[in-house]
Amino acid sequence: MLTGLTLTQARAGLAARKFSARELAQAHLDAIGRLNTALNAYITVLPEQDVLASADAADARYAAGTAGLMDGLPIGVKDLFCTKGVRTTAASKMLENFVPPYESTVTANLLNAGAVFLGKTNLDEFAMGSANMSSAFGPTTNPWTRKGDESTALVPGGSSGGSSAAVAAGLALAATGTDTGGSIRQPAAYCGIVGLKPTYGRCSRWGTIAFASSLDQAGPMTRSVADAGLMLEAMAGFDAKDSTSSNRPVPEFHKAVGKSVKGLRVGIPTEYRAPGLPADVVAMWEQGIAWLKAAGCEVVDVSLPHTRHGLTTYYIIAPAECSSNLARYDGIRFGLRKDAPTLDGVYEATRAAGFGQEVRNRILMGTYVLSAGYYDAYYLKAQKVRTLIKRDFEQAFENVDVLLTPTAPSAAFAQGENMDDPVQMYLNDIFTVPASMAGVPALSVPVGLNGVGLPLGLQVIGKHFDEETVLSIGGALEAAAGFTHKPSVHAGAGA
Amino acid sequence: MSLDLATTRRIAKLARIGLEDNELEATRQKLNGILGWIDQLAEVDVTGVPPMVGTETETLRQREDKVTDGNCRDALLACAPETSGPFYTVPKVVE
Repeated sequence: MLTGLTLTQARAGLAARKFSARELAQAHLDAIGRLNTALNAYITVLPEQDVLASADAADARYAAGTAGLMDGLPIGVKDLFCTKGVRTTAASKMLENFVPPYESTVTANLLNAGAVFLGKTNLDEFAMGSANMSSAFGPTTNPWTRKGDESTALVPGGSSGGSSAAVAAGLALAATGTDTGGSIRQPAAYCGIVGLKPTYGRCSRWGTIAFASSLDQAGPMTRSVADAGLMLEAMAGFDAKDSTSSNRPVPEFHKAVGKSVKGLRVGIPTEYRAPGLPADVVAMWEQGIAWLKAAGCEVVDVSLPHTRHGLTTYYIIAPAECSSNLARYDGIRFGLRKDAPTLDGVYEATRAAGFGQEVRNRILMGTYVLSAGYYDAYYLKAQKVRTLIKRDFEQAFENVDVLLTPTAPSAAFAQGENMDDPVQMYLNDIFTVPASMAGVPALSVPVGLNGVGLPLGLQVIGKHFDEETVLSIGGALEAAAGFTHKPSVHAGAGA
Repeated sequence: MSLDLATTRRIAKLARIGLEDNELEATRQKLNGILGWIDQLAEVDVTGVPPMVGTETETLRQREDKVTDGNCRDALLACAPETSGPFYTVPKVVE
């Protein structure tokens, strides 16, 4: 089944000429044709002839012996990365017809490595959300369903929900995501796949539509931990066009998987044992601890005292940066325009028509916390608390190599749940936001199913620029868990 | 801090988002709910703590002062909703 492979398996199959890149691409286009209407994982599917032409070029490179790291591997691209000549919407009416005249650095790196793009995946509007419900192109449906309740459509998580659903359902071997407060890790957990948010600065932000610039980071969403390493290797690297890009060398990340984790110290943050955490999530966490102990890790309790302020701090800083970043959508130079008799009128009409409810609310919240008289009380205060959160991690990492936590406080929930109270929705990110605030790398690994057959993920958080140890620990969890479950909707089902 | 309708109207104006009068109250309630939750931060003591700006993993670089990009006027204008010759158009600003 070509749509069920890992990147690593597909790369080996292509290198051995067991199948061609064209066959691999065609199998995915067929799967998208059959399943995308139900899942709505892609906003834009690339024209068949373009996909097959890139696959043919990859086949030629394999024949010539010049194949790159991702050569011939068909992947989805979150519709937040600008792709030259291919519509890029950010799942917003504001950019419904926006065709970028340039390529983002991350997607350019993937193209240089030989990757074959299938299309642009769905997301929460401007990556603001945890359920993929705020997309102007309609929600993505999670390919997983609750046992005994198959008719209830569940969310794939968000914001990279189209990417996670596509990878889980066999509509791409892997996909790019972006993570501002959990947008790679939480949907990965909800869909039973691997998601890696690298250290802030690992992947260039250039050409990725900005939400909160001090937090946004691109990363891979894959079916295995080794795949996440492989794809990050292709995505990462110094870029002079992003002032926060790191110029450290990019290690061969995939080689970190399979390395012994014996003797590594794993911290369990006591503050993450939140009251009301569901029993199945707690049980999975305990199981993960037991697996790592059995693999020879030393497990110790650590304290991150400012954990409970992570979310509130995030919901000041992220909206503040969002209100500033999204000021560019004014109806003049690109994107939607609504006419009005005055210039201010054009701005107001365009922004009212182009932005959905959640995006509007975050812009307004950001405008408020940055406005005269409130800046010190909210924004400056939040930046100071952010320092404390980062120090928590730095202090914990003086004694341990990684931290292990659940990725999310629950499994995937139903479409329409948690919609009335924004704070309730924001709580989905309670375990993922602190690592984003500190800028450290974090990985979600699927480790098991809950009582109704939905996947649960564990999160491994590492030191700045130490993705390798994170991947080694993630690989150990993956090997122990042996997660091979498939969602009810996937390309291989009934075939 | 509780958000009133006049402040909601003012931030909508600052953000250049045209809200109808009937949308203002619903927006005020949503934002007020979030602000009530955020006010928990008041209890954190940040005396002497410097603000964190970005993630501070890299220091800012300087580059050679030379042109590295440009000559793409037509490509950029092609994205514009309305143009006139080589210009963006806006409603008349000066009466």
